[in-house]
Amino acid sequence: MTASPPEQAAPPLLVIRPESSRTLGILGDLWAFRDLLWTLADRDLRLRYRQTVLGVTWVVLQPILGALIFTFVFGVIAGLGDDRGRYFLMSFAGLAGWGLFSGVVTRASGSLVQNSGLISKVWFPRAVIPFSTIPAALVDFAVALVVLVVLMLSSRTAPTAAILLAPLWVAGLVGLAIGLGLIGAALMVSYRDVQHLLPVGLQLLLYASPVGYAALNVPPQYLELYWLNPLAPLLEGLRASLLGTPLPPTNAILYAVAVVLGALFLGATLFRRLERRFADVI
Amino acid sequence: MSSSPVAVEAAGLGKRYVISSRARATTIPERIGQLLRAPFGGERGEELWALRDVAFSIPAGSAVGIIGRNGAGKSTLLKILSRITPPTTGEVRLRGRVGSLLEVGTGFHPELTGRENIFLNGAILGMRRREIAARFDAIVAFAEIERFLETPVKRYSSGMYVRLAFAVAAHLEPEILVVDEVLAVGDAEFQRKCLGKMGEVSGAGRTVIFVSHSMQAVSALTQRVLLLDRGTCLFDGKTADGIVRYRALQGGGTAEGGNYAAPAASTRRNQVRAARVITSEPGATHRCGEPLRIEFDLDVGDPTSTLCFSCKLTDAEDRNIVHLWCFDAATRFRREGGRYRLAFEVPRARLFQGQYTLRAFLSDRRTNAMFDELHGICPFEVTMDGVARDDYPWSSGDCTYLESAEWTLTREGEAAGQRGRVAP
Repeated sequence: MTASPPEQAAPPLLVIRPESSRTLGILGDLWAFRDLLWTLADRDLRLRYRQTVLGVTWVVLQPILGALIFTFVFGVIAGLGDDRGRYFLMSFAGLAGWGLFSGVVTRASGSLVQNSGLISKVWFPRAVIPFSTIPAALVDFAVALVVLVVLMLSSRTAPTAAILLAPLWVAGLVGLAIGLGLIGAALMVSYRDVQHLLPVGLQLLLYASPVGYAALNVPPQYLELYWLNPLAPLLEGLRASLLGTPLPPTNAILYAVAVVLGALFLGATLFRRLERRFADVI
Repeated sequence: MSSSPVAVEAAGLGKRYVISSRARATTIPERIGQLLRAPFGGERGEELWALRDVAFSIPAGSAVGIIGRNGAGKSTLLKILSRITPPTTGEVRLRGRVGSLLEVGTGFHPELTGRENIFLNGAILGMRRREIAARFDAIVAFAEIERFLETPVKRYSSGMYVRLAFAVAAHLEPEILVVDEVLAVGDAEFQRKCLGKMGEVSGAGRTVIFVSHSMQAVSALTQRVLLLDRGTCLFDGKTADGIVRYRALQGGGTAEGGNYAAPAASTRRNQVRAARVITSEPGATHRCGEPLRIEFDLDVGDPTSTLCFSCKLTDAEDRNIVHLWCFDAATRFRREGGRYRLAFEVPRARLFQGQYTLRAFLSDRRTNAMFDELHGICPFEVTMDGVARDDYPWSSGDCTYLESAEWTLTREGEAAGQRGRVAP
């Protein structure tokens, strides 16, 4: 054993007090516990692909079946699209983006309650738990993208230069989703009915968003209302990047960015305010 | 600097819970209803202070036990120290990284393999991936699970599971280790191993804060205890003294002056109404080798043909040293109800020096009914000032009971030898 130097740096001092912590501290916490975040994400991924026989197949099948249903309902019955193949691609891309968003919202919201054993028995920055649901949702999204590429190759559809904007839409969708997910998670700790309200809200939002249709199909008098949904520019943008459809108007994009940032801030603030009570309430 | 720096310092620490189940809304409509009825009222309900105005200071490198009855606030204190729940009042200053182990295997996932769970559990307890990788082999060796690393832990025996979980936690190496009653699981040999590991931790200049109901573990591991009762700190000092105070609390009734009396409200038909230890010296102090008298007042409302009474003298480490009993078929309390006094007279009680308490049992042999069971009553102290042993002073662990004996020392070939006597 080596002798310790005479004036060893004093270990850091931690003061525990009743009052709650600052909103932006969440970033430092996530960074300090990034290993835990990855380990939890890794756990979720391993479990999902280990336990289910269908595993990856299910991840692929879900958007394909969804896109088929949308094509049938909107394209065939409602007669929105003349080109069925093109319509199928559009709904598939829309569903992939929607799946990313709703996947993060749903999983993040339920994550604290699911991990209540951890919360009442060990301390770490609580935000790690909802954030750790993002990688798994991104993996699902990536799988869907691979399927989309195959579909595009077979139908000889090539992306345009707008593909460069793709990371922006993905970041926007994830940002909005985790902002809402933080709120959902923090509320669900005290109010379990959030888990029943959430699917209803998401269902409504799905039909208000350009998944089975596009801005083109929206009557002009409703367009302003339509762009008020921040998911509309994000999903339309994603579709534009992947399939070369028209980009959403710049105003709508800027508005969506503002809403995403607002949701993130609101989510983080609420989460931080309620965070310290989680162990007592859960 | 002569004294070591302070590792943990708590001042005015309090934790309040709202306990009425009606007070807390669990759905959003309920909460909205509450807000409409009393917009500024907040959540009302019966309050419970799980901790109130607790203050202490623990120097770095020491091991401190926290003892107390159920509901005394031990777990709440640990939860505050490990940051799981915030205090309502006061503050704690902690110097160094805190590792807490409130439950063995927190965050283990049954479907994951041993190897995967080591990384998961380590990360949850606050270790970086690098640190876990560096200690991986040591963890596996400590847990003795080399052959099962790639097996999902759901197939582990409970012993393997506990070993693995403790191994991860023991290799955390935080400056301050906070441990709840986790050793209750696992076999005796492994408990010893864990206690050894925790002793090592405090020996290495780290601070260990340890909650346990096992006085043996507490006295083996700590020199100092905090005794909590109903949220306040009743005692802070030497472990042996703290344990005696704890035993007195546990006895339930009053234990002043070393005596016990059943709570006035007791409605048991067969019970120990009172117990006394009559020691050789005043102040519940007994000199080793002197006569010791132990009296029990028994209420027998339901005499049974196999009614049994027994008592044990228990030392500070929870070991039963002496067993006394009254099981005779002819005893009168088996046939007739009434109030009895049962007195045991030990002509020369030669208990080793230390703190003792009594356990008493009033039971029925045939039905196994336990009418009354008392622990930690009638604390008393045994001294050995009269028992000289010049060259080697007595030290704890020499023995638990002294015997008197005659010795003779004879030289080979000679008929007569020296004689002597081992006191007391």
